[in-house]
Amino acid sequence: MEIKREPVNLRVRDLNSRQLLRGSEVLGPNPSSHLEGSDFERHVEESVLTTTLDKAVAWARSNSFFPATFGLACCAIEMMSIVAARVDVARFGFEAFRASPRQADLLILSGRVSIKMAPIVRRIYDQMLEPKWAISMGACCSSMGVFNNYALVPADKFMPIDVHVPGCPPRPEALMHGVLKLRKMVQEDPDMGWRERYDARGTEEVLPGA
Amino acid sequence: MPDATGLELIAQELGDAVLDTVFFRGRGTLNVEPTRIAAVLEHLRERGYSFMASLHGVDHYPEEPRLGVVYELLDMQRVDRITVKLRLHSAAPEIDSVTNAWPTADHQEREVYDMFGVVFGGHPDLRRILMPEDYEGHPQRRDFPVGGEPVIFTFNEGQSRGMPQ
Repeated sequence: MEIKREPVNLRVRDLNSRQLLRGSEVLGPNPSSHLEGSDFERHVEESVLTTTLDKAVAWARSNSFFPATFGLACCAIEMMSIVAARVDVARFGFEAFRASPRQADLLILSGRVSIKMAPIVRRIYDQMLEPKWAISMGACCSSMGVFNNYALVPADKFMPIDVHVPGCPPRPEALMHGVLKLRKMVQEDPDMGWRERYDARGTEEVLPGA
Repeated sequence: MPDATGLELIAQELGDAVLDTVFFRGRGTLNVEPTRIAAVLEHLRERGYSFMASLHGVDHYPEEPRLGVVYELLDMQRVDRITVKLRLHSAAPEIDSVTNAWPTADHQEREVYDMFGVVFGGHPDLRRILMPEDYEGHPQRRDFPVGGEPVIFTFNEGQSRGMPQ
């Protein structure tokens, strides 16, 4: 669809900037320095953007993921490199790896999860504050990959995963693509959070006595 | 390595504790009586093999006695290695721990216990070390199923347990 833009009204801009410079009380008797009528309406149209609060919040969230500093295996090496200069995921507001799950809102499962490790991973996920998301990175924690044996458990069995990134290990570009997919999901379809998918409304953590 | 003659000399010193000697590709091995393992290792330590490089398990399924424990000793002065092996019946896989004399055996005996189910009598803390403590079975035994599970893809999503239908 082609959007037809009107040419910028230079007179409105001119008057507006003059008004800002002088301050409203020193405008004085000269009526030409006031914005009136259609000029004023055009000025408002040009400078005000309307949206919903949900959309604005989703936009802010999706551009400021704080992943937990949490690596499991060889995929963690690739995960570390997405914050380095070549891929530089900081372009998307993603680089602030937090050392505490209380400050993080994204868990990247980077590697294989053994049966013994699964309760610990789940505990870290439970400690994160909502809204929270999880990326399952690599073959091992999605489908157990080459380690499909007695020792491992796929991540879907014990925690909700938003994005699976395939690969063994995935290249940093692949993980970045997964992050951008997640960003798109948060921006455009925020209700596909894990509580919706798993029908888990009403299970939010409540502190005792609260 | 002790040469073949040297291995026989060591075996003669140990007397009837040694069931068999094998010298293969420059590697000397003593197959010993399981009940005398502590005395055998102590004698080898006096001979200079004072460093226990490794302690590990083997499963010789379907032979019987089935479970094996292998001790690798190293003489650090002469850079000389010797292997001590023993075999245990799977009905009662019990053997004395050597943790008191060889502290490095502590975790390795726990690993052999975890993976093969060999019970080391006298071990100070014989718990599982790799698998969860409530795990059933000993996964490195050769008759233990490999495990794993069918991978959940879109086409079989509804058939797997633990997934939303």
